[in-house]
Amino acid sequence: MSGVPDSSLIHARGLTKRFAAFTAVDAIDFDVAPGEAFGFLGPNGAGKTSTMRMIGCVSPVTDGVLRVLGLDPVADGPRIRARIGVVPQSNTLDMELTVRENLVIYGRYFDLSHGEAGRRADELLEFVQLDERGRDRVEPLSGGMKRRLTIARALINEPDLLLLDEPTTGLDPQARHLLWDRLYRLKQRGVTLVLTTHYMDEAEQLCDRLVVMDKARIVADGSPRELIDRYSTREVTELRFAPGVQDSLDGSLDGLAERIEWLPDRVLLYADDGEAVAVAAHERGLQPETVLVRRSTLEDVFLRLTGRSLVE
Amino acid sequence: MAESALAGRVRTARPPRREALSVGAALAVLEYCARVYRRNWRGTMFMTFFSPVLFLGAMGFGLGGYVDASAEGGGSAIGGVIGVASYAAFLAPGLLAATCMQTGAFEATYPIMGRIVWDKVYHAMLATPITVRDIIAGQVGWFAIRLTIVASGYFVVMLAFGLIHGGPLAILVVPVGVLTGLCFATLIAAFAATQRSDNGFSVIFRFLITPIFLFSGTFFPIEQLPEVLRPVALVTPTYHGVALTRDLTLGTAQAGPAVVHLAFLLVVVVVGLAACSITFRRALVK
Repeated sequence: MSGVPDSSLIHARGLTKRFAAFTAVDAIDFDVAPGEAFGFLGPNGAGKTSTMRMIGCVSPVTDGVLRVLGLDPVADGPRIRARIGVVPQSNTLDMELTVRENLVIYGRYFDLSHGEAGRRADELLEFVQLDERGRDRVEPLSGGMKRRLTIARALINEPDLLLLDEPTTGLDPQARHLLWDRLYRLKQRGVTLVLTTHYMDEAEQLCDRLVVMDKARIVADGSPRELIDRYSTREVTELRFAPGVQDSLDGSLDGLAERIEWLPDRVLLYADDGEAVAVAAHERGLQPETVLVRRSTLEDVFLRLTGRSLVE
Repeated sequence: MAESALAGRVRTARPPRREALSVGAALAVLEYCARVYRRNWRGTMFMTFFSPVLFLGAMGFGLGGYVDASAEGGGSAIGGVIGVASYAAFLAPGLLAATCMQTGAFEATYPIMGRIVWDKVYHAMLATPITVRDIIAGQVGWFAIRLTIVASGYFVVMLAFGLIHGGPLAILVVPVGVLTGLCFATLIAAFAATQRSDNGFSVIFRFLITPIFLFSGTFFPIEQLPEVLRPVALVTPTYHGVALTRDLTLGTAQAGPAVVHLAFLLVVVVVGLAACSITFRRALVK
Protein backbone atom coordinates (compact mmCIF):
# COMPACT_ATOMS: atom_id res chain seq x y z
CA MET A 1 0.00 0.00 0.00
CA SER A 2 3.03 2.26 0.11
CA GLY A 3 2.92 5.02 -2.44
CA VAL A 4 -0.84 5.43 -2.15
CA PRO A 5 -1.59 8.94 -0.96
CA ASP A 6 -3.75 8.75 2.15
CA SER A 7 -5.96 11.46 0.78
CA SER A 8 -6.70 9.56 -2.43
CA LEU A 9 -10.24 8.19 -2.80
CA ILE A 10 -9.30 6.44 -6.01
CA HIS A 11 -5.72 5.56 -6.86
CA ALA A 12 -4.73 4.00 -10.17
CA ARG A 13 -1.29 3.17 -11.53
CA GLY A 14 -0.77 1.35 -14.81
CA LEU A 15 -4.47 0.44 -14.73
CA THR A 16 -5.19 -1.84 -17.68
CA LYS A 17 -8.23 -3.63 -19.05
CA ARG A 18 -7.96 -6.12 -21.88
CA PHE A 19 -10.73 -8.11 -23.55
CA ALA A 20 -8.91 -10.96 -25.32
CA ALA A 21 -6.66 -9.20 -27.83
CA PHE A 22 -8.38 -5.81 -27.46
CA THR A 23 -6.95 -3.32 -24.98
CA ALA A 24 -9.75 -1.09 -23.69
CA VAL A 25 -7.70 0.73 -21.06
CA ASP A 26 -3.95 0.94 -21.52
CA ALA A 27 -1.89 1.52 -18.35
CA ILE A 28 -3.46 4.74 -17.11
CA ASP A 29 -2.50 6.61 -13.92
CA PHE A 30 -4.78 8.93 -11.96
CA ASP A 31 -5.83 9.91 -8.45
CA VAL A 32 -9.15 11.30 -7.27
CA ALA A 33 -9.27 13.29 -4.03
CA PRO A 34 -12.23 13.31 -1.63
CA GLY A 35 -14.87 15.91 -2.41
CA GLU A 36 -13.60 16.39 -5.93
CA ALA A 37 -15.62 16.27 -9.12
CA PHE A 38 -13.43 14.33 -11.51
CA GLY A 39 -14.16 13.70 -15.18
CA PHE A 40 -13.13 11.33 -17.91
CA LEU A 41 -13.57 13.17 -21.18
CA GLY A 42 -13.22 11.38 -24.47
CA PRO A 43 -15.01 10.05 -27.56
CA ASN A 44 -16.95 6.78 -27.62
CA GLY A 45 -14.61 3.81 -27.34
CA ALA A 46 -11.85 5.74 -25.56
CA GLY A 47 -12.00 3.43 -22.54
CA LYS A 48 -14.04 5.63 -20.19
CA THR A 49 -16.73 3.07 -19.39
CA SER A 50 -14.24 0.24 -18.91
CA THR A 51 -12.37 2.43 -16.43
CA MET A 52 -15.59 3.26 -14.58
CA ARG A 53 -16.59 -0.40 -14.39
CA MET A 54 -13.23 -1.27 -12.85
CA ILE A 55 -13.62 1.53 -10.28
CA GLY A 56 -17.13 0.25 -9.56
CA CYS A 57 -15.65 -3.20 -8.83
CA VAL A 58 -17.84 -4.98 -11.36
CA SER A 59 -15.11 -5.55 -13.94
CA PRO A 60 -11.87 -7.29 -12.90
CA VAL A 61 -8.66 -5.34 -13.40
CA THR A 62 -6.43 -7.03 -15.99
CA ASP A 63 -3.23 -5.41 -14.81
CA GLY A 64 -1.91 -2.53 -12.73
CA VAL A 65 -2.87 -1.14 -9.34
CA LEU A 66 -6.31 0.09 -8.36
CA ARG A 67 -7.40 1.18 -4.89
CA VAL A 68 -10.88 2.49 -4.27
CA LEU A 69 -11.61 4.05 -0.86
CA GLY A 70 -8.23 2.63 0.13
CA LEU A 71 -9.38 -0.95 -0.56
CA ASP A 72 -8.49 -3.56 -3.17
CA PRO A 73 -11.40 -4.35 -5.54
CA VAL A 74 -10.30 -7.98 -5.86
CA ALA A 75 -10.45 -8.70 -2.13
CA ASP A 76 -13.06 -6.18 -1.03
CA GLY A 77 -15.48 -5.74 -3.94
CA PRO A 78 -18.67 -5.94 -1.85
CA ARG A 79 -17.24 -3.69 0.89
CA ILE A 80 -16.28 -1.02 -1.65
CA ARG A 81 -19.56 -1.29 -3.51
CA ALA A 82 -21.41 -0.77 -0.23
CA ARG A 83 -19.99 2.76 -0.16
CA ILE A 84 -20.34 3.84 -3.78
CA GLY A 85 -23.29 4.79 -5.95
CA VAL A 86 -23.35 3.90 -9.63
CA VAL A 87 -25.26 5.58 -12.45
CA PRO A 88 -24.57 3.27 -15.39
CA GLN A 89 -24.70 4.34 -19.01
CA SER A 90 -28.02 2.56 -19.54
CA ASN A 91 -30.50 3.00 -16.72
CA THR A 92 -31.04 -0.69 -15.76
CA LEU A 93 -34.26 0.27 -13.97
CA ASP A 94 -36.85 -2.39 -13.33
CA MET A 95 -39.78 -1.82 -15.63
CA GLU A 96 -41.98 -4.27 -13.72
CA LEU A 97 -41.82 -2.32 -10.45
CA THR A 98 -43.03 1.14 -9.50
CA VAL A 99 -40.77 4.17 -9.24
CA ARG A 100 -40.66 4.00 -5.44
CA GLU A 101 -40.29 0.23 -5.40
CA ASN A 102 -37.21 0.53 -7.61
CA LEU A 103 -35.59 2.60 -4.87
CA VAL A 104 -36.79 0.50 -1.93
CA ILE A 105 -35.61 -2.82 -3.36
CA TYR A 106 -32.28 -1.22 -4.23
CA GLY A 107 -31.95 -0.13 -0.62
CA ARG A 108 -32.57 -3.73 0.38
CA TYR A 109 -29.53 -4.77 -1.71
CA PHE A 110 -27.53 -2.55 0.66
CA ASP A 111 -29.06 -4.35 3.61
CA LEU A 112 -31.22 -1.40 4.68
CA SER A 113 -34.35 -2.27 6.65
CA HIS A 114 -37.67 -1.83 4.84
CA GLY A 115 -38.44 1.20 6.99
CA GLU A 116 -35.12 2.89 6.36
CA ALA A 117 -35.17 2.09 2.63
CA GLY A 118 -38.68 3.54 2.39
CA ARG A 119 -37.74 6.69 4.28
CA ARG A 120 -34.71 7.31 2.07
CA ALA A 121 -36.73 6.52 -1.07
CA ASP A 122 -39.24 9.24 -0.20
CA GLU A 123 -36.47 11.75 0.53
CA LEU A 124 -34.67 10.97 -2.70
CA LEU A 125 -37.83 11.14 -4.81
CA GLU A 126 -38.25 14.65 -3.52
CA PHE A 127 -34.60 15.47 -4.19
CA VAL A 128 -34.91 14.45 -7.85
CA GLN A 129 -38.40 15.96 -8.14
CA LEU A 130 -40.20 12.68 -8.74
CA ASP A 131 -42.25 12.61 -5.53
CA GLU A 132 -45.47 12.85 -7.53
CA ARG A 133 -44.58 9.75 -9.54
CA GLY A 134 -43.69 7.30 -6.76
CA ARG A 135 -46.61 4.98 -7.42
CA ASP A 136 -46.27 5.00 -11.20
CA ARG A 137 -44.60 2.36 -13.29
CA VAL A 138 -41.18 3.26 -14.65
CA GLU A 139 -41.98 2.58 -18.31
CA PRO A 140 -43.93 5.77 -19.17
CA LEU A 141 -41.42 8.15 -17.55
CA SER A 142 -39.49 10.50 -19.85
CA GLY A 143 -35.79 9.98 -20.50
CA GLY A 144 -34.88 12.77 -18.10
CA MET A 145 -37.10 11.35 -15.35
CA LYS A 146 -35.64 7.86 -15.76
CA ARG A 147 -32.17 9.34 -15.51
CA ARG A 148 -33.11 11.23 -12.34
CA LEU A 149 -34.58 8.05 -10.88
CA THR A 150 -31.34 6.21 -11.66
CA ILE A 151 -29.41 8.93 -9.85
CA ALA A 152 -31.78 8.72 -6.88
CA ARG A 153 -31.28 4.97 -6.85
CA ALA A 154 -27.49 5.42 -6.80
CA LEU A 155 -27.86 7.60 -3.68
CA ILE A 156 -29.96 5.17 -1.61
CA ASN A 157 -26.88 3.97 0.31
CA GLU A 158 -25.70 7.54 0.96
CA PRO A 159 -22.46 6.89 -0.94
CA ASP A 160 -19.11 8.59 -0.37
CA LEU A 161 -18.38 8.26 -4.06
CA LEU A 162 -20.81 8.60 -6.97
CA LEU A 163 -19.86 7.16 -10.38
CA LEU A 164 -21.79 8.59 -13.31
CA ASP A 165 -21.29 7.13 -16.78
CA GLU A 166 -22.48 9.69 -19.32
CA PRO A 167 -25.15 11.09 -16.99
CA THR A 168 -26.86 13.33 -19.54
CA THR A 169 -26.36 11.63 -22.90
CA GLY A 170 -29.58 11.75 -24.90
CA LEU A 171 -31.32 14.30 -22.67
CA ASP A 172 -32.79 17.62 -23.77
CA PRO A 173 -31.11 20.83 -22.50
CA GLN A 174 -33.70 21.44 -19.78
CA ALA A 175 -33.32 17.95 -18.37
CA ARG A 176 -29.55 18.28 -18.49
CA HIS A 177 -29.56 21.50 -16.51
CA LEU A 178 -31.82 20.03 -13.85
CA LEU A 179 -29.46 17.07 -13.53
CA TRP A 180 -26.40 19.30 -13.37
CA ASP A 181 -28.06 21.27 -10.61
CA ARG A 182 -28.72 18.11 -8.56
CA LEU A 183 -25.16 16.91 -9.08
CA TYR A 184 -23.82 20.29 -8.03
CA ARG A 185 -25.85 20.07 -4.81
CA LEU A 186 -24.41 16.64 -4.09
CA LYS A 187 -20.93 17.98 -4.58
CA GLN A 188 -21.74 20.78 -2.12
CA ARG A 189 -22.65 18.10 0.40
CA GLY A 190 -19.21 16.57 0.03
CA VAL A 191 -20.01 13.64 -2.25
CA THR A 192 -17.11 12.84 -4.56
CA LEU A 193 -18.27 12.70 -8.17
CA VAL A 194 -16.54 10.77 -10.92
CA LEU A 195 -18.16 11.07 -14.30
CA THR A 196 -17.55 10.29 -17.92
CA THR A 197 -18.83 12.43 -20.70
CA HIS A 198 -18.24 13.31 -24.28
CA TYR A 199 -19.80 16.71 -23.80
CA MET A 200 -17.20 19.37 -23.18
CA ASP A 201 -19.77 21.77 -21.73
CA GLU A 202 -20.74 19.15 -19.16
CA ALA A 203 -17.11 18.61 -18.21
CA GLU A 204 -16.62 22.38 -17.91
CA GLN A 205 -19.76 22.76 -15.81
CA LEU A 206 -19.20 19.91 -13.40
CA CYS A 207 -15.55 18.93 -13.19
CA ASP A 208 -12.90 20.41 -10.94
CA ARG A 209 -10.37 18.27 -12.70
CA LEU A 210 -10.45 15.94 -15.63
CA VAL A 211 -8.43 13.66 -17.81
CA VAL A 212 -8.82 13.50 -21.56
CA MET A 213 -8.85 9.92 -22.85
CA ASP A 214 -8.24 8.78 -26.38
CA LYS A 215 -7.64 5.26 -27.67
CA ALA A 216 -7.40 3.68 -24.19
CA ARG A 217 -4.86 6.21 -22.91
CA ILE A 218 -4.87 9.45 -20.96
CA VAL A 219 -3.59 12.20 -23.23
CA ALA A 220 -3.92 15.18 -20.87
CA ASP A 221 -5.08 16.09 -17.38
CA GLY A 222 -5.83 19.21 -15.39
CA SER A 223 -8.70 21.56 -14.59
CA PRO A 224 -10.79 22.65 -17.58
CA ARG A 225 -9.20 26.11 -17.40
CA GLU A 226 -5.67 24.72 -17.19
CA LEU A 227 -6.25 22.46 -20.16
CA ILE A 228 -7.57 25.29 -22.26
CA ASP A 229 -4.67 27.55 -21.26
CA ARG A 230 -2.15 24.82 -21.97
CA TYR A 231 -3.49 23.48 -25.24
CA SER A 232 -5.53 26.26 -26.76
CA THR A 233 -5.72 30.03 -27.12
CA ARG A 234 -8.17 32.30 -25.38
CA GLU A 235 -10.42 32.65 -28.39
CA VAL A 236 -11.26 30.90 -31.61
CA THR A 237 -12.48 32.36 -34.87
CA GLU A 238 -14.54 29.97 -36.96
CA LEU A 239 -14.75 30.70 -40.67
CA ARG A 240 -17.26 28.83 -42.80
CA PHE A 241 -16.94 29.15 -46.56
CA ALA A 242 -19.23 28.33 -49.45
CA PRO A 243 -18.88 24.71 -50.62
CA GLY A 244 -15.63 24.18 -52.50
CA VAL A 245 -14.10 27.52 -51.54
CA GLN A 246 -12.26 26.15 -48.50
CA ASP A 247 -10.12 23.83 -50.65
CA SER A 248 -8.86 26.71 -52.77
CA LEU A 249 -7.72 28.82 -49.83
CA ASP A 250 -4.27 27.26 -49.86
CA GLY A 251 -1.89 29.54 -47.99
CA SER A 252 -4.10 32.60 -47.86
CA LEU A 253 -4.77 32.18 -44.13
CA ASP A 254 -1.12 31.79 -43.19
CA GLY A 255 0.01 33.95 -40.31
CA LEU A 256 -3.48 35.05 -39.33
CA ALA A 257 -3.51 33.05 -36.10
CA GLU A 258 -1.27 31.08 -33.74
CA ARG A 259 -2.67 27.86 -35.08
CA ILE A 260 -5.15 26.80 -37.74
CA GLU A 261 -7.33 23.66 -37.76
CA TRP A 262 -8.93 22.62 -41.01
CA LEU A 263 -12.21 20.78 -40.41
CA PRO A 264 -14.26 19.36 -43.30
CA ASP A 265 -16.88 22.11 -43.03
CA ARG A 266 -14.97 25.05 -41.51
CA VAL A 267 -11.61 26.52 -40.55
CA LEU A 268 -10.72 27.24 -36.91
CA LEU A 269 -8.22 30.02 -36.23
CA TYR A 270 -6.75 30.05 -32.73
CA ALA A 271 -5.69 33.41 -31.29
CA ASP A 272 -6.10 35.40 -28.11
CA ASP A 273 -8.04 38.10 -29.91
CA GLY A 274 -10.60 36.49 -32.18
CA GLU A 275 -12.10 39.77 -33.40
CA ALA A 276 -8.72 40.93 -34.68
CA VAL A 277 -8.37 37.69 -36.62
CA ALA A 278 -11.80 38.17 -38.18
CA VAL A 279 -10.90 41.72 -39.21
CA ALA A 280 -7.54 40.64 -40.61
CA ALA A 281 -9.18 37.89 -42.62
CA HIS A 282 -11.62 40.40 -44.05
CA GLU A 283 -8.75 42.75 -44.94
CA ARG A 284 -7.11 39.94 -46.91
CA GLY A 285 -10.23 39.86 -49.05
CA LEU A 286 -11.51 36.54 -47.77
CA GLN A 287 -15.27 36.20 -47.94
CA PRO A 288 -16.47 33.50 -45.55
CA GLU A 289 -20.22 32.86 -45.44
CA THR A 290 -20.24 33.02 -41.65
CA VAL A 291 -17.76 34.23 -39.06
CA LEU A 292 -18.02 33.15 -35.40
CA VAL A 293 -15.73 34.37 -32.66
CA ARG A 294 -15.97 32.35 -29.44
CA ARG A 295 -13.99 31.37 -26.37
CA SER A 296 -11.89 28.22 -26.48
CA THR A 297 -13.50 25.11 -25.05
CA LEU A 298 -12.38 21.62 -24.15
CA GLU A 299 -13.47 20.60 -27.62
CA ASP A 300 -10.57 22.66 -28.96
CA VAL A 301 -8.25 21.00 -26.47
CA PHE A 302 -9.37 17.62 -27.68
CA LEU A 303 -9.02 18.62 -31.31
CA ARG A 304 -5.50 19.84 -30.63
CA LEU A 305 -4.53 16.66 -28.80
CA THR A 306 -6.04 14.11 -31.15
CA GLY A 307 -6.79 15.89 -34.38
CA ARG A 308 -10.41 14.76 -34.11
CA SER A 309 -13.67 16.18 -32.83
CA LEU A 310 -15.15 14.73 -29.63
CA VAL A 311 -18.63 14.07 -30.92
CA GLU A 312 -18.61 12.90 -34.51
CA MET B 1 10.05 -4.42 -19.25
CA ALA B 2 9.99 -8.16 -19.90
CA GLU B 3 9.67 -8.62 -16.17
CA SER B 4 6.63 -6.42 -15.85
CA ALA B 5 5.00 -8.10 -18.85
CA LEU B 6 5.50 -11.42 -17.14
CA ALA B 7 4.11 -10.07 -13.89
CA GLY B 8 1.06 -8.94 -15.83
CA ARG B 9 0.54 -12.38 -17.24
CA VAL B 10 0.84 -14.02 -13.85
CA ARG B 11 -1.68 -11.59 -12.44
CA THR B 12 -4.15 -12.31 -15.24
CA ALA B 13 -3.79 -16.05 -14.83
CA ARG B 14 -4.49 -15.87 -11.10
CA PRO B 15 -7.75 -17.71 -10.41
CA PRO B 16 -10.53 -15.48 -9.13
CA ARG B 17 -11.00 -15.70 -5.39
CA ARG B 18 -14.06 -17.50 -4.17
CA GLU B 19 -16.48 -14.85 -3.15
CA ALA B 20 -18.46 -15.39 0.01
CA LEU B 21 -22.18 -15.98 -0.09
CA SER B 22 -24.17 -13.54 1.99
CA VAL B 23 -27.52 -14.82 3.22
CA GLY B 24 -28.89 -11.31 3.61
CA ALA B 25 -27.91 -10.40 0.05
CA ALA B 26 -29.41 -13.62 -1.34
CA LEU B 27 -32.64 -12.90 0.53
CA ALA B 28 -32.72 -9.40 -0.99
CA VAL B 29 -32.49 -10.97 -4.46
CA LEU B 30 -35.27 -13.38 -3.51
CA GLU B 31 -37.34 -10.43 -2.28
CA TYR B 32 -36.86 -8.76 -5.64
CA CYS B 33 -38.22 -11.86 -7.43
CA ALA B 34 -41.17 -11.97 -5.03
CA ARG B 35 -41.94 -8.29 -5.68
CA VAL B 36 -42.01 -8.89 -9.42
CA TYR B 37 -44.19 -11.96 -8.91
CA ARG B 38 -46.60 -10.00 -6.72
CA ARG B 39 -47.47 -7.82 -9.70
CA ASN B 40 -49.18 -10.71 -11.46
CA TRP B 41 -49.71 -13.34 -8.82
CA ARG B 42 -53.48 -13.52 -9.27
CA GLY B 43 -53.17 -14.93 -12.76
CA THR B 44 -50.63 -17.55 -11.79
CA MET B 45 -52.49 -18.55 -8.62
CA PHE B 46 -55.57 -19.20 -10.73
CA MET B 47 -53.51 -21.40 -13.03
CA THR B 48 -51.95 -23.17 -10.05
CA PHE B 49 -55.33 -24.66 -9.08
CA PHE B 50 -57.15 -24.53 -12.38
CA SER B 51 -54.54 -26.43 -14.36
CA PRO B 52 -54.57 -29.56 -12.13
CA VAL B 53 -58.37 -29.58 -12.07
CA LEU B 54 -58.44 -29.31 -15.85
CA PHE B 55 -55.78 -31.94 -16.48
CA LEU B 56 -57.07 -34.40 -13.91
CA GLY B 57 -60.62 -33.88 -15.11
CA ALA B 58 -59.84 -34.53 -18.76
CA MET B 59 -56.97 -36.99 -18.61
CA GLY B 60 -57.45 -38.56 -15.20
CA PHE B 61 -61.20 -39.03 -15.12
CA GLY B 62 -62.20 -38.62 -18.76
CA LEU B 63 -59.53 -40.65 -20.47
CA GLY B 64 -58.90 -42.55 -17.24
CA GLY B 65 -62.49 -43.73 -17.02
CA TYR B 66 -62.14 -45.14 -20.51
CA VAL B 67 -58.83 -46.85 -19.63
CA ASP B 68 -60.19 -48.28 -16.39
CA ALA B 69 -63.38 -49.56 -18.08
CA SER B 70 -61.36 -51.47 -20.65
CA ALA B 71 -59.52 -53.33 -17.92
CA GLU B 72 -60.71 -56.82 -17.16
CA GLY B 73 -62.06 -57.55 -13.73
CA GLY B 74 -62.06 -53.98 -12.40
CA GLY B 75 -59.11 -51.78 -11.44
CA SER B 76 -57.12 -50.00 -14.09
CA ALA B 77 -55.52 -51.41 -17.20
CA ILE B 78 -52.36 -49.59 -16.20
CA GLY B 79 -53.22 -50.34 -12.64
CA GLY B 80 -53.21 -53.96 -13.71
CA VAL B 81 -49.50 -53.62 -14.34
CA ILE B 82 -48.59 -52.02 -11.04
CA GLY B 83 -51.63 -52.48 -8.88
CA VAL B 84 -53.37 -49.10 -8.81
CA ALA B 85 -56.97 -48.27 -7.98
CA SER B 86 -57.53 -45.96 -10.95
CA TYR B 87 -55.77 -44.33 -13.87
CA ALA B 88 -56.40 -40.94 -12.25
CA ALA B 89 -54.51 -42.03 -9.14
CA PHE B 90 -51.69 -43.24 -11.39
CA LEU B 91 -51.60 -40.06 -13.45
CA ALA B 92 -51.98 -37.33 -10.81
CA PRO B 93 -48.58 -37.63 -9.07
CA GLY B 94 -46.89 -37.85 -12.48
CA LEU B 95 -48.60 -34.66 -13.57
CA LEU B 96 -47.48 -32.96 -10.38
CA ALA B 97 -43.83 -33.73 -11.12
CA ALA B 98 -44.15 -32.95 -14.83
CA THR B 99 -45.87 -29.64 -14.13
CA CYS B 100 -43.05 -28.72 -11.76
CA MET B 101 -40.67 -29.47 -14.62
CA GLN B 102 -42.59 -27.12 -16.93
CA THR B 103 -42.84 -24.35 -14.36
CA GLY B 104 -39.16 -24.66 -13.50
CA ALA B 105 -38.21 -24.58 -17.16
CA PHE B 106 -40.35 -21.57 -17.91
CA GLU B 107 -39.22 -19.54 -14.90
CA ALA B 108 -35.62 -20.14 -15.95
CA THR B 109 -35.95 -18.94 -19.56
CA TYR B 110 -37.39 -15.48 -20.29
CA PRO B 111 -37.11 -14.04 -16.77
CA ILE B 112 -33.43 -14.97 -16.51
CA MET B 113 -32.39 -13.82 -19.96
CA GLY B 114 -34.45 -10.65 -19.54
CA ARG B 115 -32.63 -9.76 -16.36
CA ILE B 116 -29.30 -10.23 -18.11
CA VAL B 117 -29.97 -8.91 -21.62
CA TRP B 118 -33.11 -6.76 -21.58
CA ASP B 119 -33.53 -4.88 -18.29
CA LYS B 120 -30.03 -5.64 -17.00
CA VAL B 121 -31.51 -6.00 -13.52
CA TYR B 122 -28.69 -8.29 -12.43
CA HIS B 123 -26.13 -5.74 -13.56
CA ALA B 124 -27.84 -3.18 -11.36
CA MET B 125 -27.66 -5.62 -8.44
CA LEU B 126 -23.96 -6.22 -9.01
CA ALA B 127 -23.23 -2.52 -8.57
CA THR B 128 -24.27 -3.04 -4.92
CA PRO B 129 -22.63 -5.39 -2.38
CA ILE B 130 -24.52 -8.28 -4.02
CA THR B 131 -22.32 -10.87 -5.75
CA VAL B 132 -22.98 -13.33 -8.58
CA ARG B 133 -23.28 -16.08 -5.96
CA ASP B 134 -25.94 -14.12 -4.11
CA ILE B 135 -27.86 -13.64 -7.34
CA ILE B 136 -27.82 -17.36 -8.11
CA ALA B 137 -28.74 -18.29 -4.54
CA GLY B 138 -31.59 -15.79 -4.37
CA GLN B 139 -32.89 -16.64 -7.80
CA VAL B 140 -32.82 -20.40 -7.19
CA GLY B 141 -34.38 -19.82 -3.78
CA TRP B 142 -37.20 -18.07 -5.59
CA PHE B 143 -37.54 -20.98 -8.06
CA ALA B 144 -38.00 -23.23 -5.02
CA ILE B 145 -40.74 -21.03 -3.56
CA ARG B 146 -42.52 -20.76 -6.89
CA LEU B 147 -42.35 -24.55 -7.33
CA THR B 148 -43.59 -25.10 -3.79
CA ILE B 149 -46.69 -23.09 -4.66
CA VAL B 150 -47.30 -25.13 -7.81
CA ALA B 151 -46.67 -28.52 -6.16
CA SER B 152 -48.83 -27.61 -3.16
CA GLY B 153 -51.65 -26.58 -5.48
CA TYR B 154 -51.51 -29.97 -7.15
CA PHE B 155 -51.38 -31.76 -3.83
CA VAL B 156 -54.46 -29.94 -2.55
CA VAL B 157 -56.40 -30.77 -5.71
CA MET B 158 -55.32 -34.42 -5.46
CA LEU B 159 -56.51 -34.53 -1.87
CA ALA B 160 -59.84 -33.04 -2.90
CA PHE B 161 -60.24 -35.65 -5.63
CA GLY B 162 -59.34 -38.47 -3.23
CA LEU B 163 -56.23 -39.43 -5.18
CA ILE B 164 -53.85 -39.71 -2.22
CA HIS B 165 -53.41 -43.27 -1.02
CA GLY B 166 -50.00 -43.08 0.58
CA GLY B 167 -50.74 -41.86 4.10
CA PRO B 168 -49.06 -38.83 5.73
CA LEU B 169 -45.77 -39.42 3.90
CA ALA B 170 -47.55 -38.45 0.70
CA ILE B 171 -47.00 -34.79 1.60
CA LEU B 172 -43.38 -35.39 0.56
CA VAL B 173 -44.51 -35.18 -3.07
CA VAL B 174 -44.26 -31.41 -2.63
CA PRO B 175 -40.49 -31.30 -1.96
CA VAL B 176 -39.90 -34.01 -4.56
CA GLY B 177 -41.83 -31.97 -7.10
CA VAL B 178 -39.80 -28.91 -6.15
CA LEU B 179 -36.59 -30.84 -6.61
CA THR B 180 -37.73 -32.11 -10.03
CA GLY B 181 -38.51 -28.55 -11.06
CA LEU B 182 -35.17 -27.30 -9.77
CA CYS B 183 -33.30 -29.81 -11.94
CA PHE B 184 -34.70 -28.09 -15.00
CA ALA B 185 -34.72 -24.57 -13.57
CA THR B 186 -31.01 -24.61 -12.70
CA LEU B 187 -29.85 -26.27 -15.92
CA ILE B 188 -32.02 -24.08 -18.14
CA ALA B 189 -31.13 -20.91 -16.22
CA ALA B 190 -27.48 -21.76 -16.88
CA PHE B 191 -28.36 -22.08 -20.57
CA ALA B 192 -30.45 -18.89 -20.56
CA ALA B 193 -27.45 -16.95 -19.25
CA THR B 194 -25.58 -17.85 -22.44
CA GLN B 195 -28.33 -16.57 -24.75
CA ARG B 196 -28.54 -13.13 -26.34
CA SER B 197 -32.03 -13.68 -27.78
CA ASP B 198 -35.01 -15.90 -26.96
CA ASN B 199 -34.74 -18.08 -30.09
CA GLY B 200 -33.15 -20.95 -28.20
CA PHE B 201 -36.04 -21.26 -25.77
CA SER B 202 -38.62 -22.48 -28.26
CA VAL B 203 -36.15 -25.19 -29.27
CA ILE B 204 -35.84 -26.25 -25.64
CA PHE B 205 -39.59 -26.43 -25.14
CA ARG B 206 -40.28 -28.15 -28.46
CA PHE B 207 -37.49 -30.71 -28.48
CA LEU B 208 -36.78 -31.21 -24.79
CA ILE B 209 -39.60 -30.30 -22.43
CA THR B 210 -42.54 -31.55 -24.50
CA PRO B 211 -41.04 -34.99 -25.30
CA ILE B 212 -39.96 -35.43 -21.71
CA PHE B 213 -43.42 -34.41 -20.54
CA LEU B 214 -44.99 -37.07 -22.76
CA PHE B 215 -42.50 -39.94 -22.46
CA SER B 216 -41.05 -39.94 -18.95
CA GLY B 217 -43.65 -42.13 -17.33
CA THR B 218 -46.17 -39.41 -16.61
CA PHE B 219 -48.98 -40.83 -18.74
CA PHE B 220 -47.90 -44.47 -19.00
CA PRO B 221 -45.12 -46.63 -17.49
CA ILE B 222 -41.85 -46.34 -19.42
CA GLU B 223 -41.98 -50.13 -19.87
CA GLN B 224 -44.40 -49.32 -22.69
CA LEU B 225 -41.64 -47.47 -24.55
CA PRO B 226 -39.65 -49.20 -27.29
CA GLU B 227 -36.66 -50.83 -25.66
CA VAL B 228 -34.12 -48.45 -27.21
CA LEU B 229 -35.84 -45.41 -25.72
CA ARG B 230 -36.10 -46.67 -22.14
CA PRO B 231 -32.53 -45.75 -21.15
CA VAL B 232 -33.20 -42.24 -22.48
CA ALA B 233 -36.23 -41.88 -20.22
CA LEU B 234 -34.22 -43.26 -17.29
CA VAL B 235 -31.70 -40.41 -17.39
CA THR B 236 -34.32 -37.64 -17.32
CA PRO B 237 -34.94 -36.05 -13.90
CA THR B 238 -38.65 -36.19 -14.71
CA TYR B 239 -38.66 -39.98 -14.76
CA HIS B 240 -37.16 -40.08 -11.27
CA GLY B 241 -39.42 -37.31 -10.01
CA VAL B 242 -42.52 -39.02 -11.43
CA ALA B 243 -41.53 -42.43 -10.08
CA LEU B 244 -40.93 -41.05 -6.60
CA THR B 245 -44.05 -38.88 -6.40
CA ARG B 246 -46.10 -41.83 -7.64
CA ASP B 247 -44.66 -44.18 -5.04
CA LEU B 248 -45.41 -41.60 -2.36
CA THR B 249 -49.04 -40.98 -3.26
CA LEU B 250 -49.82 -44.64 -3.98
CA GLY B 251 -48.09 -45.77 -0.80
CA THR B 252 -45.71 -48.05 -2.69
CA ALA B 253 -42.47 -46.26 -1.75
CA GLN B 254 -39.48 -48.42 -0.83
CA ALA B 255 -36.30 -47.07 0.71
CA GLY B 256 -33.86 -48.38 -1.92
CA PRO B 257 -35.43 -46.98 -5.09
CA ALA B 258 -36.49 -43.82 -3.25
CA VAL B 259 -32.88 -43.08 -2.31
CA VAL B 260 -31.75 -43.67 -5.90
CA HIS B 261 -34.42 -41.31 -7.28
CA LEU B 262 -33.64 -38.66 -4.69
CA ALA B 263 -29.89 -38.91 -5.22
CA PHE B 264 -30.34 -38.58 -8.97
CA LEU B 265 -32.42 -35.41 -8.57
CA LEU B 266 -29.98 -33.90 -6.07
CA VAL B 267 -26.99 -34.58 -8.30
CA VAL B 268 -28.69 -32.88 -11.25
CA VAL B 269 -29.50 -29.83 -9.12
CA VAL B 270 -25.89 -29.60 -7.96
CA VAL B 271 -24.69 -29.88 -11.57
CA GLY B 272 -27.22 -27.21 -12.55
CA LEU B 273 -26.00 -24.86 -9.83
CA ALA B 274 -22.39 -25.37 -10.88
CA ALA B 275 -23.36 -24.62 -14.48
CA CYS B 276 -25.16 -21.45 -13.37
CA SER B 277 -22.09 -20.40 -11.46
CA ILE B 278 -20.04 -20.60 -14.67
CA THR B 279 -22.45 -19.10 -17.19
CA PHE B 280 -23.83 -16.33 -14.93
CA ARG B 281 -20.31 -15.19 -14.18
CA ARG B 282 -19.42 -15.21 -17.89
CA ALA B 283 -22.50 -13.20 -18.73
CA LEU B 284 -22.26 -10.70 -15.88
CA VAL B 285 -18.58 -10.18 -15.06
CA LYS B 286 -16.55 -8.79 -17.94
